[in-house]
Amino acid sequence: MSSAETMSIFSPALSARFDALVLKYPVKRSALIPMMLYAQDEVGYLSDAVIEEIAQRLDLTMLDVRNVASYYSMLRFKPVGKYNVQVCTNISCMLRGAYDIFEHLEEKLGIGHKGITADGVFSLEEVECIGVCCWAPAIQVNYDFHDDLTNDKVDEVIAAYRAKAGRADAKGESANA
Amino acid sequence: MPDVTFTVDGKKLTAPAGTLLIEACRKAGIEIPAFCYYPGLSLQAACRMCVVRQEKVPKLQTACTTTVAEGQVFTTESPEITQARKATIELLLGNHPLDCPVCDAGGECELQDMTFRYGAGESLYTEAKNHREEQKWSPAVYFDRPRCILCYRCVRMCGEGMDVWALGIANRGSSAIIAPNGGDHLDCEQCGMCIDACPVGALTSDTYRYKTRPWEMNHVSTVCTHCGDGCKVTLGVRQVDDGAEIVRGDNRDKSGINGDFLCAKGRFGFDFVDSKDRLTKPLVRNAAGTLEPVTWEHAIRVVSNKLKEIRDSKTENGGGSSIGVIGSNTGTNEENYLLQKFARTVLGTNNIDHIRTTDYAAFVRAMAGHEHRAASLRDTETAKAILLIGGNPTEEHPLLAWNIRTNFRHNTARLYIATDSPIKLERQARQTLSLPVEGYESLTAFLSGDDSALGEIENAKTFREAVNAEESLLVIFGQEFRGAAIESLVKWGLAKENVKFAYLGDYANSRGAADMGLSPDLLPGYIPVTTPGAFAEEYPNLSTQPGMTAPEMLDAGCRGELAALYIVGSDPVTAYGTDPAALKRAFVVVQDIFLTGTAALADVVLPAASLYEKAGTVTNTFGDIQLVKKAADKAGVKPDFEILVRIAGGMGADVKKLVPFGRGSITVPAVTAPALSVDFVPTPRPIPSLRGIHGDLGQSRGAHSGEADRHAVWLAARGLELRLSPFDPLAALDEIERLVPSYKLDRLNLFAGNDVHSEPGFVPVASLTAPTAAELILPAHDGLFTSGVLGDHTKALVELNSYQESISQPVAEAAAD
Amino acid sequence: MPKLTSHPDEVKIISKRFGMGAANIDRYIELGGYEATRKCLAEGSEWIINEMKASGLRGRGGAGFPTGLKWSFVPKQSAKPKYVLVNGDESEPGTCKDHLIFLHDPHAIIEGTIIAGLAIGAKMGFIYLRGEYRYLIEIMEKAVADAYAKGFLGKNIFGTETEFQAVVQTGAGAYEVGEESALMESLEGKRGVPRIKPPFPAVVGLYGGPTVINNAETIASVPHIITMGGAAYAAVGSERNGGTRLFGISGHVERPGIYELPMGYNLKKMIYEVAGGVRGGRKLKAVVPGGSSTPVLLPEEIETLGMDFDQVGKAGSMLGSGGVVVIDDQTCIVEFALRTISFYQHESCGWCIPCREGTDWLKKSLTRFHAGFGTKKDIDNIQYLAENMMGRTFCPLGDAAAMPTLGFVKKFRKEFEDHLDGKPCPYAKHVEVALV
Repeated sequence: MSSAETMSIFSPALSARFDALVLKYPVKRSALIPMMLYAQDEVGYLSDAVIEEIAQRLDLTMLDVRNVASYYSMLRFKPVGKYNVQVCTNISCMLRGAYDIFEHLEEKLGIGHKGITADGVFSLEEVECIGVCCWAPAIQVNYDFHDDLTNDKVDEVIAAYRAKAGRADAKGESANA
Repeated sequence: MPDVTFTVDGKKLTAPAGTLLIEACRKAGIEIPAFCYYPGLSLQAACRMCVVRQEKVPKLQTACTTTVAEGQVFTTESPEITQARKATIELLLGNHPLDCPVCDAGGECELQDMTFRYGAGESLYTEAKNHREEQKWSPAVYFDRPRCILCYRCVRMCGEGMDVWALGIANRGSSAIIAPNGGDHLDCEQCGMCIDACPVGALTSDTYRYKTRPWEMNHVSTVCTHCGDGCKVTLGVRQVDDGAEIVRGDNRDKSGINGDFLCAKGRFGFDFVDSKDRLTKPLVRNAAGTLEPVTWEHAIRVVSNKLKEIRDSKTENGGGSSIGVIGSNTGTNEENYLLQKFARTVLGTNNIDHIRTTDYAAFVRAMAGHEHRAASLRDTETAKAILLIGGNPTEEHPLLAWNIRTNFRHNTARLYIATDSPIKLERQARQTLSLPVEGYESLTAFLSGDDSALGEIENAKTFREAVNAEESLLVIFGQEFRGAAIESLVKWGLAKENVKFAYLGDYANSRGAADMGLSPDLLPGYIPVTTPGAFAEEYPNLSTQPGMTAPEMLDAGCRGELAALYIVGSDPVTAYGTDPAALKRAFVVVQDIFLTGTAALADVVLPAASLYEKAGTVTNTFGDIQLVKKAADKAGVKPDFEILVRIAGGMGADVKKLVPFGRGSITVPAVTAPALSVDFVPTPRPIPSLRGIHGDLGQSRGAHSGEADRHAVWLAARGLELRLSPFDPLAALDEIERLVPSYKLDRLNLFAGNDVHSEPGFVPVASLTAPTAAELILPAHDGLFTSGVLGDHTKALVELNSYQESISQPVAEAAAD
Repeated sequence: MPKLTSHPDEVKIISKRFGMGAANIDRYIELGGYEATRKCLAEGSEWIINEMKASGLRGRGGAGFPTGLKWSFVPKQSAKPKYVLVNGDESEPGTCKDHLIFLHDPHAIIEGTIIAGLAIGAKMGFIYLRGEYRYLIEIMEKAVADAYAKGFLGKNIFGTETEFQAVVQTGAGAYEVGEESALMESLEGKRGVPRIKPPFPAVVGLYGGPTVINNAETIASVPHIITMGGAAYAAVGSERNGGTRLFGISGHVERPGIYELPMGYNLKKMIYEVAGGVRGGRKLKAVVPGGSSTPVLLPEEIETLGMDFDQVGKAGSMLGSGGVVVIDDQTCIVEFALRTISFYQHESCGWCIPCREGTDWLKKSLTRFHAGFGTKKDIDNIQYLAENMMGRTFCPLGDAAAMPTLGFVKKFRKEFEDHLDGKPCPYAKHVEVALV
């Protein structure tokens, strides 16, 4: 089903991207996981409306979509902060002080694991290995990696994002730009 | 696949190559435990209970995924294997709540059994268990998550088995959970198959949960009272003050015609027996014109006296022909047989009929003389090709739909569907043909070679080619076909080899009602009253004049031309839209389980037993005959069979002539009927000794009916009579077998709880009359949650029905917020 | 941006273009790129497979299965299309080697994919990257688009009659998808639960077609093997372990990083010379040699240990993904074990009982234990549980959780006993008190 035939909840660009995506595979269901991830990038999380549209696009049931979505840890059914700070605490990072980083962030942001700051700018999450072991400790803010961290470097990273959020607010950009 | 020989635990076994080891072992009596393996559903290898040791393979192998090949050597029990299974159970019991004392599955739980067998008796687990609250998924299904062991049987049963796909698996790891499609509720067919498939108490039913312990029930296997498929249902019954109540319905022993299957009606639709609307006292209309409770003796006396008076009256509006009798679609064969015999021999009238939902008379007439052409329900699970014309099995014949799906899944059966509106089974169809509503007869013409018959339907020719190319075919057709249309369709098929037929109709014993002669023009076995053959001798004073049909009787009653109407288990006033006031002049007797529209205007109302409260046999729409056993009991009610015998007795009839029981009951050899056709040779049945009679051995107590039959040889050897009581329905079955050509039954099978196929091909062709008018047929089209009057009084079904309606409302989807 | 490190002992084959701007297709070509593919197009399938067999290349994902042999299992004739699958779902803790390949040399992946396709007769390849590697996915997608633009991918690659299509696929966070059949499920848009085997992917794989699935590093090695010749590649490594490997050294070392060293390189030397020794001059307590699922080694076990599949196997552990995690003497092994099992508990797909319940139980027990609420019997129980998971699960994830646990309990039993009787952890400051 193309976006032309039905009202899409996605932006025209994403809608067009999805139209093309399903054609890349021998079986269109293969587009499911990328679709969910890209939809989440735009909408912020997998709302019922997102799930419904994806199910329709791929001729799946909403149950199918939910079952697959809930398997993958990057996919979520609730919103997070504009900048989702993911701290790896797995072994390589742990050995190099990841828990200190995590605690530092907890104090600094005033939130715990899976918490969202009151202004909605940051959320914090302890995550499993993100594949940056040799440059530990590391965090990922949305999709951006920040490695070889110390508490001071973390402060700089957070400050930079806070400034970016401020600029975005001032320009009135959408929260998920 | 060729057979291969392999060794299991030192024994040489043989099985077709590629057979699953677990199945090959089970057939050889070697039980390999498994939670996730379920015969007929896809393989999971998830529970790791079926691990076995295969020679020369480093790791333990799962027997559920290992296929047998020549020369393999397996060990299925050893200390290593026992330890593996024990450890798996220990791991399961880590998080599984040990609430067995209150769990519905307690005593019937596979996890309990495995724990017992592998002795994981010591708990190593000292951590907090993962707990989640129980969820109500629908009025039928509850989910107790901590008990779930994630065997995925329910998911597969719902998806692969039912083709509903309402269950899935959400999350992962120790958070993985069975999830319903509605998020927090189930939007499905509410069949409850998931509950039966669950090896533990994770899925429970609203009707049964926390009601009783399984060992506190009697388990009675009988036949479902709802649709024309006639599933075997096991009712869990418990004693209560006013009889015995049914607390559970299922088919847990997976036996009988339906194997593992049961639908919502069979599983949940039994609470009508305890309905507060149930009639439990005989009612007689008093001088003030209201129905007043009376004793059974009084009621029987009123009915017998009045019927006798009318029958014996020489006035214009008297005599047998002024009495009309209407029988039931849900009573037993024995009751229906007895009712028409009572009408014809005691009341002296051919005014006998039932509300016809299906034109079985026309079907049997078309099939008469052609043996092995009528399909049994079991054939639908194995036929290589099926042509389904009309009907909607998923809604109206759930077991048939299940069989077709199973056949498709296991044997890649080829299904061809021609209907006037889309049906769900099209998902399994190889080809479908969309017919105009009035196009069914044209389809027959088209199949027979008339190219123009279907006009311009696009794929009609490829459809016909494919159907004609099949080497064998099972033709299943719906109530769209009546009268001559049936005849021409059957004629088309009979002209080909290896074509069998099935005709889809409503209700638990509509087929039996027709087979047993609840017709004004046809005797039992479709023998015309005009040429009664053997019945001329059997039924003294039998009139050869056809009587009135049911609508004619009501019309005559309204015109004041019928003095009495005797109605058993039927609501013709509602069905035919008769004005109740118009029937005032007739003496109306109704015996039923509820105060129906007809009962409300009756002069005498007799509270009858439901199908779950009596014994006998019923015949499904495929002509498969099954034994009905008495499960429940309700103080105050009586089976129709007993009521009839009492009324006949009250009228002064010779009860022994009505029901062959006791001393001298059978005085003539079985084969006295004049040969109706050359190919009909009834099997003579042994005649018990005419000496002696003494003592009730208990066979009249409903649930045990049939015991005496099994003991026939022993009884005969001791000079005892086979039938000791006039209330034993099996006495009537003896006579049915003797007189009804198509009912030549394998009794051993019947009494073992299996289905026995009747053979309309035995019905002699010679004397058949033209079929009755097709307009008499009133299909009921009950769906998954309706069942005529019974359904209206079944709370579980009413609730499910309204639940289904509530969830089919489009849910307003919140926009991306 | 991850820092590139180097050491004189390195033999740069896979990493030779790292840091040289080879993500740009023109630069890649300038550096000799796509010549290997041209050669393979000329030489044909049998030649490729023979070269691969000669190279002694063994799967870099961790199982170490000979790549040439794997490719030769794919049936020549198939009614269903065949596929090449590149496993870039790099998720084993301690492992980040593929990260650098995608970052610095994406075209080597594309070349390797095409060559694998030529070898088995596939017309389509999928390059699956874990979802967290979004910026690398974008680099890969750009590289694929550039390759299409040059005619290196498409209907007629390099102007021949041969077709090869490549698609970059993103994951969405699931370690289990690194298992080959689970990856196929994920690529088909399903939950990443492994499939029942047999049938094996070489016969029935992606979309039911014969499929070759290789780790990204394995695939990236392919063009280099073709260029230098299988025998020359084999000569670099140790016996039955051809070539080099990207070893990722992380944890308590002075110079953590990815180093390309010949197979069989001594582990002690790797830690003390290549990675600059234990950080802060502390003492070595233990080494996890090949990602978190490989059993821990003690200092005395690494003295003469050559890092190849066979030698590490003989030492009672596994070479795994080549992620060497170095643990110093101020680390609590119980905490390390807990963090390891927590990962597997989080990542277990939940399909089979021993893994789902076993990892959950072990995590709970170790959490309580590390918090000082353990008993002596718990130590036995932990060992008992791990032993009973081994070899009993549906896929190797259960073993991956049980093996390291057994290693920790057996080799550091005393350290476990030091946590008994309500004593706080004597080794580390992070005590997660998850119990009341």
